[in-house]
Amino acid sequence: MNLALTAPQAHARDAFAAFAAEHVAPLADAIDRDAQVPRSLVARLARAGYLASGLPAELGGGTADPVIHGLMHEQLGAASASVQGLVNVHHMAAASLIRWGTAAQKQRWLPRMASGELLAAFALTEPDAGSDGQVATRAALAGDHYRLTGTKRWITGGALADVFVLFARGGDGPAAFLVPAETPGLTRTPIPGLLGCRGYMLASLALDGCRIPVEDRIGAEGFGLSHVLATGLDHGRHNLAWSCVGQAQACLDASLRYAEQRAQFGAPIASFQLIQRLVTQMIVGVHGARLLCWRAAQARGGRLPSALYETLIAKYHASTMLNQVADHALQIHGANGCGSDYPIQRYLRDARIMEIIEGSTQMLEIMIARLGAAELAPPDAARQGGSAR
Amino acid sequence: MTQLSVKDAIKAFLHIHIRGVQVRDGDDIFVMGLVSSLFAMQLVEFTETRFGIEIGPDDLVLANFRSVNALSALVGRKTCVEGA
Repeated sequence: MNLALTAPQAHARDAFAAFAAEHVAPLADAIDRDAQVPRSLVARLARAGYLASGLPAELGGGTADPVIHGLMHEQLGAASASVQGLVNVHHMAAASLIRWGTAAQKQRWLPRMASGELLAAFALTEPDAGSDGQVATRAALAGDHYRLTGTKRWITGGALADVFVLFARGGDGPAAFLVPAETPGLTRTPIPGLLGCRGYMLASLALDGCRIPVEDRIGAEGFGLSHVLATGLDHGRHNLAWSCVGQAQACLDASLRYAEQRAQFGAPIASFQLIQRLVTQMIVGVHGARLLCWRAAQARGGRLPSALYETLIAKYHASTMLNQVADHALQIHGANGCGSDYPIQRYLRDARIMEIIEGSTQMLEIMIARLGAAELAPPDAARQGGSAR
Repeated sequence: MTQLSVKDAIKAFLHIHIRGVQVRDGDDIFVMGLVSSLFAMQLVEFTETRFGIEIGPDDLVLANFRSVNALSALVGRKTCVEGA
């Protein structure tokens, strides 16, 4: 395995970092304070090609390299976890459509999603449906259309998105639908007062008999969760893992600067061994998580059957690592880290969200243990195309 | 690849991922409760990469995935069509 970025990947990383530093990071505190991402920033992201990443080139899409895609999410996450989250759910919706949409659906929706004319989001969670995916929203078939009725909650981008990949239960089981935000009968209500990732623009969606044409169903009834949702979540976990690395790198960079500048007992606190211990744990944590992200991205690029498993590991490790790193950053900054003069309190609040979304830490532990039993089983002659151990 | 070797490859994959259960060619792995959502996607990815075919939305029916026989038949149809 080659652990060095290629020249195009390194160039892309530098370009993403420059863009994030110029256009995203300066807005991050205001986004957190106002709980809102300006539509102008979404438009700027679209013009720069961020919303097109991973979409098919023939439909206006951008890079197909999972490493470059991941580097983009890393740099966005470093600048603003909230902004990365909005781009993430857009990419999750796109990935589901790319994988399971018909040619006509792709032609109709993806070019507008790539250009940013449409910002997409992913609507699964309900008041009583979370990790179990037991959605109660009903999709009643009535001739050439469905009537969707139910309530979605905690929908990232819910207050901003133009179209949702939304999950509801049809007669033959769960199904996924493309639901424009302007559909009559759909009402969205922003959810204020969040702990972290306040710019996610979360909303509840109330659907009261929303009329959705049959041709806007993605895949067959019965496959909404097992395939369409699973595809979206898999992409979301990959994106979030990279974002966690970026967020942790931001914590580390801030801590290194602060530890050099902050003097106590007549010396920079960076010279104290207990601070060095914290810094060391942060450095090692970030390096390790970044390597797992590369490994997952390479498995995805090679379409290895182990890609799902590697992605779960990367998200699990990166999100738990991030919380330790953010906690260390706060400890190094002391009282200054708790106030609004430094972004550390935002980093810590945002980090906590990363262990909850796109598979809680506990759900990932269950899945990794189950898949690991198969992935780590002794190889035999019949085994085909497994992981690169 | 013959139908027999397609079935062998599928059964080998199932053997790795569904431990402790002997799956026969005609067994319905969905009815047997052996398929989680994560495994369902793995099965699609395996089928595509192992046999060089693409599984599209039109193929997404339970009848194509419920047994070794069904999946083998799907591979046979897809390789025939895509190789034509």
